[in-house]
Amino acid sequence: MHEVSLAGGILSVLEQTRERDPFERVIHLRLQAGALCGVEIPALRFALESIAPGTCLAEAVIDIEELPASAWCLPCGQSVPIFSRLDSCPQCGSHQLQATGGTELRVMEMRVV
Amino acid sequence: MCVTCGCSQTGVANPAQSPEVHPETGDLHFGAGAARVSVPGMSQERAIKLEADVLGANNAVAAHNRAHFSSHFVTAYNLVSSPGSGKTALLCATIEALKKRAPHIAVAVIEGDQQTRHDADRIRATGAPAIQINTGKGCHLDAPMVAEAFARLDLHAARHHHHGDQHAHAHAHEHPHDHAHEHGHSHDHAHGAQTLLFIENVGNLVCPAMWDLGERAKVAILSVTEGEDKPLKYPDMFAAAQLMILNKIDLLPHLSFDVARCKDYARQVNPTITILELSATTGEGMKPWLDWLLGNPKHNRFDGMRARIAQLEAELADLKARSA
Repeated sequence: MHEVSLAGGILSVLEQTRERDPFERVIHLRLQAGALCGVEIPALRFALESIAPGTCLAEAVIDIEELPASAWCLPCGQSVPIFSRLDSCPQCGSHQLQATGGTELRVMEMRVV
Repeated sequence: MCVTCGCSQTGVANPAQSPEVHPETGDLHFGAGAARVSVPGMSQERAIKLEADVLGANNAVAAHNRAHFSSHFVTAYNLVSSPGSGKTALLCATIEALKKRAPHIAVAVIEGDQQTRHDADRIRATGAPAIQINTGKGCHLDAPMVAEAFARLDLHAARHHHHGDQHAHAHAHEHPHDHAHEHGHSHDHAHGAQTLLFIENVGNLVCPAMWDLGERAKVAILSVTEGEDKPLKYPDMFAAAQLMILNKIDLLPHLSFDVARCKDYARQVNPTITILELSATTGEGMKPWLDWLLGNPKHNRFDGMRARIAQLEAELADLKARSA
């Protein structure tokens, strides 16, 4: 359940932003999660909803956008899309893949009042 | 200020989130704090663009830890596994083996568990300094916890004590000024010595994969009493590790664990992973593990490349055989 820790991390990003740029609460929050970021999106949503009461996230609508991942296929010598670390190359079937993108978990933007 | 050496920054987290500290041992308990409550301000509806990495704060502290370790000539390894893989037994055996093989190297341990000081007590029994971090409900160590523990770890005392015991003549002869030096690490260079810091993470094959602690490498330990398909079931961890240790191999005669298949699975999720087989109980396989630990970083970095070359050669041989 590291999603709870990550939800806490998201909340502290918001609270740090609020210290610099005061607002009352978040109406809408948009997150991006790469397919290899190690996060179960329903679990992250549940964790955010669990910690929201009493914070600036209490009444926020939360969008979590899942991004596809990419990997460098060594035999093909090119970047290919993957959806999990267990995937093989969609072109040649090799497992000689080095993940190059899709591990990010970002707070993109929010609407606040 | 770093309580060990006096350097100005330790990467220690916000004091409001500081853990309870055990008065005698310095062990840390992070599960005792209260959630922070925020104070709302007032403003009109507007959009704020952030594009902030959620793990950015952790990663910044991890980068600081890495620099701090480097300035102290500390090489840190983050040991990750499921509970019961034999991490602590492996560490105790490693510390004893290092005393014989590389007595000039100091060893220290940061132990992570949700509760109890049992593991740190086991390490201290070997004579190595150890700090226990209790995460409370937390399922992994994070970089600020390690920063705080490292600042409290009595590394200098261990090193100076160690030098006093083992190399009193050489040290006094070659470096008469070192102990008086405020930040006296030059003796580490001169002896080619260093400190190995083992960070034993909370037993969990999921969450610790995501948190950089400032280590040189993650070492995943998989015991043969577990399933050989663990690398497929927990791919993030085996993808994040540079080395996998197959532990408890003395038990293989009693099990149906397929070592070759397990290695294939690990290489499927991480083509460049180095794999060692070991028994902390019998000592079998300890030598390659110590070689890996004591090898220079260049050597380790080339491990993956060598594995890749071997694999390509095998594929080429296979292709040649088919076309013949």
